Amino acid sequence: MLEIRDLFKTYDNKPLLRGISFSVSKGETICLLGASGSGKSTLLRMVAGLEFPESGLILLNGIDLAQTPPHLRDFGLVFQDYGLFPHLNIFENIAFGLRMRNVPAETIKPRVAEMLDLVNLQGFENRKVTDLSGGEQQRVALARALAPSPRLLMFDEPLGALDKSLKEDLLNQIRAILHKTKIPAIYVTHDQDEAFTIADRILFLHDGEIIRDGTPDEVWTNPKSAWVARMLGMGNVVEGRMQKAEGRMWNVTTDFGSFNVGCKHRHSVGEKVSLLVKQSGEGDELKLKVEDVLFKRDQFEVQTKNGLVIHMKEAPKVGEIIRVKVQIECLA
Amino acid sequence: MENNLLNHGDTETLRKKILRAFLSPWFYRVLLWLAPILFLLAFFFLPLSRILILAFNTSAFTKTNFQLILSTLSFTFYQAALSTILTFVLGIPSAILFSRFDFRGKSLLRALTAVPFMLPTVVVAASFNAILGTRGIFSSLFPLSPEFTTSKTFYFLLILLAHVFYNTTIVIRIVGNALSRLDPKLEAAARSLGADSFHVWKNITLLLLRPSLLAAALLVFMFDFTSFGVILLLGGSNFSTLEVEIYLRVLKLPNMPLAALLSVIQLVFTLIFSIHYTRTINQVTTQTAPRFSLARSPKTTRERAFVITNYLLLITFFLLPLISLPIRSLTRLEADRGQRGEVQYGFTTDYYQELFINRRGSLFYVPPIQAAANSLGYASITVLLSLSLGYPAAYALAKPTRLEKFLDPLIMLPLGSSAVMLGLGFIISFGRSLASPWFVPIAHTLVALPFVIRTLQPALASIPERLRQAASTLGASPFRVWQTVDFPILSRATLGAATFAFTVSLGEFGATLLLTRPEYPTIPIAIQRFLSQPGGLNFGQAMAMATLLMLLTTLAILIIEKLRLPNSGEF
Repeated sequence: MLEIRDLFKTYDNKPLLRGISFSVSKGETICLLGASGSGKSTLLRMVAGLEFPESGLILLNGIDLAQTPPHLRDFGLVFQDYGLFPHLNIFENIAFGLRMRNVPAETIKPRVAEMLDLVNLQGFENRKVTDLSGGEQQRVALARALAPSPRLLMFDEPLGALDKSLKEDLLNQIRAILHKTKIPAIYVTHDQDEAFTIADRILFLHDGEIIRDGTPDEVWTNPKSAWVARMLGMGNVVEGRMQKAEGRMWNVTTDFGSFNVGCKHRHSVGEKVSLLVKQSGEGDELKLKVEDVLFKRDQFEVQTKNGLVIHMKEAPKVGEIIRVKVQIECLA
Repeated sequence: MENNLLNHGDTETLRKKILRAFLSPWFYRVLLWLAPILFLLAFFFLPLSRILILAFNTSAFTKTNFQLILSTLSFTFYQAALSTILTFVLGIPSAILFSRFDFRGKSLLRALTAVPFMLPTVVVAASFNAILGTRGIFSSLFPLSPEFTTSKTFYFLLILLAHVFYNTTIVIRIVGNALSRLDPKLEAAARSLGADSFHVWKNITLLLLRPSLLAAALLVFMFDFTSFGVILLLGGSNFSTLEVEIYLRVLKLPNMPLAALLSVIQLVFTLIFSIHYTRTINQVTTQTAPRFSLARSPKTTRERAFVITNYLLLITFFLLPLISLPIRSLTRLEADRGQRGEVQYGFTTDYYQELFINRRGSLFYVPPIQAAANSLGYASITVLLSLSLGYPAAYALAKPTRLEKFLDPLIMLPLGSSAVMLGLGFIISFGRSLASPWFVPIAHTLVALPFVIRTLQPALASIPERLRQAASTLGASPFRVWQTVDFPILSRATLGAATFAFTVSLGEFGATLLLTRPEYPTIPIAIQRFLSQPGGLNFGQAMAMATLLMLLTTLAILIIEKLRLPNSGEF
């Protein structure tokens, strides 16, 4: 459906996006995950036609959108701080897109009611924007974007301004609505929990490039890069140095010993690599000295002298040597 | 023994009661308000009531008077509306320029556009005379046809230009601020919902800007409506707004009831405008706060062309009159002395030297420079008076109770009445022969007091109790607390308020014109007298005087800007 091909963009003379390519198919929700300032929002704005790429193509069903102004693209956009028109009431806000398309008034009314129904705000037509809570405002913004039945929905950190429980609630609603309407969507966020809840596919944006692209399941089991692993809070990402290889098995030295690690990448002797150290029932055994113990609800988080973080059922003493089994993966 | 004890207890409670009465906050509030309220009663509300009584004296209700009132009123509206429209023609593009674009010298240009608003009207009038008037620089370099330069149209154009000159900054500030507060997301949202640029402008931008456009229009209109100095000094005797007509009916063609009636009509209109303005400006400030600056450097050729054209236009329009004044005051452009017919060009300091000479048959009984001394004297008295009245009022207003909510609009009321009206009220109430020179600084104090209070009040209110508590827990004695916390904040505000009062007094024209005695002219009065007399020497001296006033005022403005508390508001 939507295809992004090799998009480049600089900001303040620094490259912001360096060759972004991906596609969104019908009914699919993709999630762009990246730190703030990584260019996620700019990417969205370019898809919306509010900014222009320096090079690259944005295609919808194979047709280049470069010459299509934003108001003719038919893409809905939902902002972090809602972007509701303060001088219009809820009805007028939701009806705005329909009015711009010269939809007759008798069609607008039931459509607005339908949208309010969809976002669970029945009877809110005559309320003022300022009378609504943040969560309600965001649902109105969603209804407003949905009302003209856009060909694509874009969310720019839509839940960033809301508190945690409201966030989960609304996230599930958005998910249900996207499934129901089958509108393809691009969801931009820096929150991995949001991304894993809503996305059919997650794209990791880092240093102006998409460094990992896959379903939540794929990404979680195989992050493939140190940055993704850290972004996902997957545990210990450490540095090691490749010593020698035997087929696909490499011998790697780290601060806490040397190990044999299976690796698909091409490496050379002496190369620095990132390793993911996962706690596991079997595998290499490490001896670690306890530096600090933190209580974390159902378990204890143990910080050790080499900087590794281990989770344990029972609290060890500070200074004690503990034995832990880990699996070590190469992240390249 | 028992009896004695009881007695002792009784006197004790009585003493406590008295003490409590003296310590009660109400007692202090009343004490604080005593002087300012008495002052306003005697010098504002009493004259105001005299004017009201005189205005509804049926002797003013004649057919010719009504015709005069009607024609004056319609001209006042006509010139104000025209000036407002022209101000917007220049102001709106400039507001867009300042809110949406970054360019070199931006803050300097912005400051330049604000200068005329703060200059006394006599200086503005003198500046336009210096460049475009019949003896101005432009007219000497590019002589226009005398039929045109002596025509009413030409004078009217000068008045309109002067109004645009000092009011454009209002549009730039109010509309420009609203523009820079406008959330760009709303525009993006509207576009993604299918609105083309025309519909975005019509349905979003214009509607969101409406309160600020209305507020700016009302304020500009109000200033043009009550314009006095510019119309009197640039229009000669050709044009009569309500304000000018009041002045004429007091001094030139005395008819006090008519003057009173005119000023009541003017007061009603200004009150309507200011109430409207207060309402709309409140709507403006409740809009979303800015999160980041929308201004950026121009990118497309069209944007660059817009910025450059606007930039040059603003520089020309605002800088030329301002520099023409000092230049003209140092340049001889015509046959100055007598009718010898010899036209001289070139640099001269004669106009300044002449200010120190008491010539026989001159306009004054004293050397003209005495006007500067008078002005400085009056300004100093105004500063002392308005500070000693403004301080207690500001103290009370800093922590407002119901009493203050009631009194606040009353003490701001003098802002709504015009200066000429204040003068008229004094003349009616205190006799035609206002022998005492004290009435001039008192009138100036009335004008300055609202500004002084509005400068002190936020500073007094802004000292958080927590700062004092923090200082004392850190070991500061009460005196050290006052010295380290209160004093630094208050001294800035006090100096700012003082400078404000000083500037107001220096430039005050309307009331002074009615109240001053011939031997005690102030600088603005001297400028007016020089300008109303024929001859190149008189004109030159007017330029010199106006230059002096401009320098003094600019200095004061710089001090105010330095001392202004951040976020203490505009207008």
